[in-house]
Amino acid sequence: MTELTFVVNKTEYTLEINPNEMLSDVLRYRLKLTGTKISCSEAECGVCTVLVDGEPILSCNYPALKAQGKHVTTIEGLAEGEELHPLQEAFIKHGAVQCGFCTPGQIMTAAALLNEKPDPTDKDIAYALNDTLCRCGTYPMITNAIHAAADKINQGAPIEYPSFDFGGGHDVVGQVVPRPEARKKVTGEAIYTDDISFPDMLHGVTLRAQVPHGRVKSLDVTKARDLAGVHAVLTAEDIPGRVNHGLIIQDWPALVGVGEKVRYVGDAIAIVAADTLNIARRALELIEVEIEPLPAVTNPVEARKEGAPLVHESGNLLKHIKVDKGDIEQGFKEAEIIFEDTFYTPIFEHAFMEPECSIARLLEDGQVEVYVGSQIPYADRDQVAEALGLPYEKVRVKGPLIGGGFGGKEDIAGQIHAALLAMATGKPVKVLYDRHESLLVHPKRHATQITVKLGFMKDGTLVAAQTELYGDTGAYASLGAKVMGRATTHSTGPYIVPNVKIDCYAMYTNNPPAGAFRGFGAFQAAFAIENIMDRVAEELEIDPIELRRMNALQEGSITNTGQHLRDSVGLVECIDKTAQAVLEYTDGQDPFLSRTVPGEANKRRSWGFAVTFKNTGLGEGAPDNAAAEIEILEDGRVETRISSAEIGQGLVTVLQMITAEELKLPLEQVSIYLSDTDLTPDGGPTTGSRQTYISGNAARFAAITLRNSMLSTLSEKFNLPPDEIVLDQGVVKLNDKILTFAEVGDLMKEEGREPKLVYEYQSPETTPLGEPGDKHFAYSFAAQAMEVEVDLDTGEVRIVRAVGATDVGKAINPLGLQGQAEGGLIMGIGHALTEEFIVEDGHVFTDHLSRYRMPSIHHVPDEIKVIIVEDPTLDGPYGGKGVGEISTMPVPPAIVNAIYNACGVRLNRIPVDQDWLAGEIAKLSH
Amino acid sequence: MNHFQEYLQPKSIQEALKDLSGATGSVAVVAGGTDLLLELRQGRHPAVDRLVDVSGIKSLRNISMEGDQIYLGAGVTHKEIISSPLLHENARCVVEGCGLIGGPQVRNVATIGGNVAHALPAGDGTVSLLALDTEVQLTTAEGDSWGPLIELFAGPGKVNFDRTQTLVTGFRFQRKGEREGSAFHRVMRPQGVAIAILNMAAWLKAGPGGEIERVRISCGPAGPKPFRAYQTEEFLAGKTWDGEVYREAARVLGSEVSLRTSAHRATKEYRHKLLPLLLANVIENAIQRTNL
Repeated sequence: MTELTFVVNKTEYTLEINPNEMLSDVLRYRLKLTGTKISCSEAECGVCTVLVDGEPILSCNYPALKAQGKHVTTIEGLAEGEELHPLQEAFIKHGAVQCGFCTPGQIMTAAALLNEKPDPTDKDIAYALNDTLCRCGTYPMITNAIHAAADKINQGAPIEYPSFDFGGGHDVVGQVVPRPEARKKVTGEAIYTDDISFPDMLHGVTLRAQVPHGRVKSLDVTKARDLAGVHAVLTAEDIPGRVNHGLIIQDWPALVGVGEKVRYVGDAIAIVAADTLNIARRALELIEVEIEPLPAVTNPVEARKEGAPLVHESGNLLKHIKVDKGDIEQGFKEAEIIFEDTFYTPIFEHAFMEPECSIARLLEDGQVEVYVGSQIPYADRDQVAEALGLPYEKVRVKGPLIGGGFGGKEDIAGQIHAALLAMATGKPVKVLYDRHESLLVHPKRHATQITVKLGFMKDGTLVAAQTELYGDTGAYASLGAKVMGRATTHSTGPYIVPNVKIDCYAMYTNNPPAGAFRGFGAFQAAFAIENIMDRVAEELEIDPIELRRMNALQEGSITNTGQHLRDSVGLVECIDKTAQAVLEYTDGQDPFLSRTVPGEANKRRSWGFAVTFKNTGLGEGAPDNAAAEIEILEDGRVETRISSAEIGQGLVTVLQMITAEELKLPLEQVSIYLSDTDLTPDGGPTTGSRQTYISGNAARFAAITLRNSMLSTLSEKFNLPPDEIVLDQGVVKLNDKILTFAEVGDLMKEEGREPKLVYEYQSPETTPLGEPGDKHFAYSFAAQAMEVEVDLDTGEVRIVRAVGATDVGKAINPLGLQGQAEGGLIMGIGHALTEEFIVEDGHVFTDHLSRYRMPSIHHVPDEIKVIIVEDPTLDGPYGGKGVGEISTMPVPPAIVNAIYNACGVRLNRIPVDQDWLAGEIAKLSH
Repeated sequence: MNHFQEYLQPKSIQEALKDLSGATGSVAVVAGGTDLLLELRQGRHPAVDRLVDVSGIKSLRNISMEGDQIYLGAGVTHKEIISSPLLHENARCVVEGCGLIGGPQVRNVATIGGNVAHALPAGDGTVSLLALDTEVQLTTAEGDSWGPLIELFAGPGKVNFDRTQTLVTGFRFQRKGEREGSAFHRVMRPQGVAIAILNMAAWLKAGPGGEIERVRISCGPAGPKPFRAYQTEEFLAGKTWDGEVYREAARVLGSEVSLRTSAHRATKEYRHKLLPLLLANVIENAIQRTNL
């Protein structure tokens, strides 16, 4: 141990530390300054940035001893008392905070920039923030916020909220409001799971198989158990309840026992709880395990072949999903031209900034409490309880804030392990993944191979569509069948097609599991169909926008699954508005021509176009419900409670706005409490762009029911017709009286009514594939145009401008919507240009963030234009429908279409390989 | 896991040398730690007993002009390099190379000495220094010695000196003379590791008639060590830069480098394609700067 004396936020500390401790460890775990976050622990992402003597450094790779005698400033030291730093205020007002996990790092990096350059240009900001990553893609709003803060510092200009040309129409709903939790996120007070600690808390770690396919022959944990400081080493034998977990199919063992099979490199063999992380990791090295390797299958097409190694005894086929409409043979007979091609999308990684963390502790009454940032708290509760062999109510899942999810926090990660270790030791146990483990273990986006065959009439009418899809669901089912189901139904695009045949094979392999990820299969489908549509347009000599427009789904259309679309089909409006905006950029010139770049002979620019649609909600017959509890608190505030998760998408804001809208309350009089299986009713999974619609409706009807209950109490009490009682600005007005909500709550209690109720919202019914009826109760639509610049020599691709329109039904939370639209777009750019999760023979190559590149501020287009179409849907809250996923989906096909238009090379796969592209361009010019 | 037992922070070169010679177990020198610490923590470098952090040695952080020469201390950070007017004037290629590394957080701690001592064939700082015909200063208990930087490297990640007893303490190169200029450029792969697919630096002196009087070209990865393209330099000396000279220079360069395919980073063919593009870029930028 060595002595460290330094000053943090103007307070001097002297500590005894292990020289191996990084500054981030000392700040977070010794000084409890948890505002500084650790995301990658490998100096890649910038999230852990603090200032040392005024200069920004990465505290996750900065030995704390280097700070000896120095002054450290963390996010907690930026505000002057209650007075926020202008950057903090600007981040809140400009929506530059989404999940909030990178926010401290962004603000500290920006603070250092403003010290050096008080009035930075966009270019200065991009240079300074180049290595400070935000997976929510908040970069445009961060840039706006930094400018606004600079203006306040330099000129005293007040920081205003941005304004948008969408939304409005109600008192609160549709207005620009800040996130209720934003203040905590910009000051470092926001609590994520790893920010929590308990006295005597142990650290849990996991032994991973590191073998893609094999059988555990022997396992000896004796030496690990004997190591001083180790409290428990558990194997499959120690699981009291069900060994397997899984959201739909329970095929994923929490621990693989002797004689059982490991099916991917991340399979867990043993877990250890020890006094320190150091001891726990040493114990892992003492575990002796012998795994007999088995031949692995790592490609979904190979996995379906006769004689392929079997991942599960039941076979490699998770699900064969079929769609049939009309007569496909007849359709192709009628068609005048037929097009066919095959497209490939790789595995993609969520790379949420907050790695997985679970803390479990055993309460005195025997209940097990699990803290975890989960997208489905009730599913976690049930799966933990089943593993422990306990009734569901003996487990309580509580969700702190979540640093991004994107679908990657729906499955079990360390929840069961933490609970098993807490039960075995009687002490609180934290299981925190580092980035390496996170990359190795959690389910990814399905890699797909999609063959599309389309039959057209020469006038551009689509008459037949046949697709065949293979999806790599990896070692375990997770949500694979559902994901590939959505890939199936979206594989013929948002088009009217009379004759359809689709076969989709969701296949097990020995790759890491694949599950939910923003776009949920429909993302992959969009890449294939929108890619081939541009080829059709070229061959038929029809403008690619017109070809899409003439086949577009409209109100009254029948989808490929036989659903009659009754309302809210804003696709044509999205197409028209996007086309119009693009033509304004090109001064009416054909945007799809290749244009030279003045002064840069080797560069070409062009636009590319794509459209898409995405279901809102689970659909296809799955019950899709949410319950919300609402209560007038004694202090007069109203609280809405629901288990649904805030993963950065803005659900808290939406629920607060809806509650305020229905009860005519100021926002600060509404509190929202989420993700606690003992205190919040089940809002269902945060998936399928469903929360604004489903949980939003639950909150809305709960508020309406409470309002009715208030009115009838007051109506009876004061003998007034209900319509003479008015809720207004946080109080209730009747005749000459003004009652506070607290007073109304008291009156209700006096009358024997609880000022509290639960509303169970059931979404409109859907039916399974193959049955008549609606497959989904709503769809969102989008059109996207991307302008790219291709370097003909190097194959380098840069996005110049992006313009897109999305039909969201109703813009309920415009600031959050803008963030989702821009952030989703930037994720789409990442999928097209920077990201690829590489697995070789079942072994993960991209096992550090330095090998998996998410887009940085450097990849943001020079200009992004977000157009919002509001074509309301009858049953959505205020007409709203889902927006969380759709913004990512049309981006990659629009980019590859633009690349073709610029340089003449077609791409059947993403990400764009500039090495290959340069070679293809060279072939064309010879 | 403990990746090291002791973390020493000497304040002088002498103290650092004593910390090295006094080590009873394994020892390594660390500066910014942006490479070595990660290698240790990710198990790509065996654990060491003692780390000697030289970033607190003030005498290593000197940037100065001594006569016709620029002296650059090994402990100078990338941030200090890109902020130095003296280097901006006299070592433009080094400023460009170091300005492309990392974000401000990394540039604040990463040192030029660390970049060189890491001995990566494509270290941006290293390659840019080579174009300036830089000499490197090594210091041991026996004293200082100066030698050509190009002779420091033994292979990928390997150097021709005993890292456990020797400090890289500084660099020196000629200040910019009349009609001289330098430039650096690189091409990256958007996916995967943040190491250049290919980088290149050039320094040149133009003759009175605008011809290339003398030129130095360095690039990486073009072999196991950072590479100086002597044959191309020789070919270009005395020539006037035009399309024909460019094509021939590119051919000479293509024949003297050893480019290979590295998995998930670049193919050999692509690197060969980039080679002439980078050559044109750095030569033309350097020529332009001779007039500044």
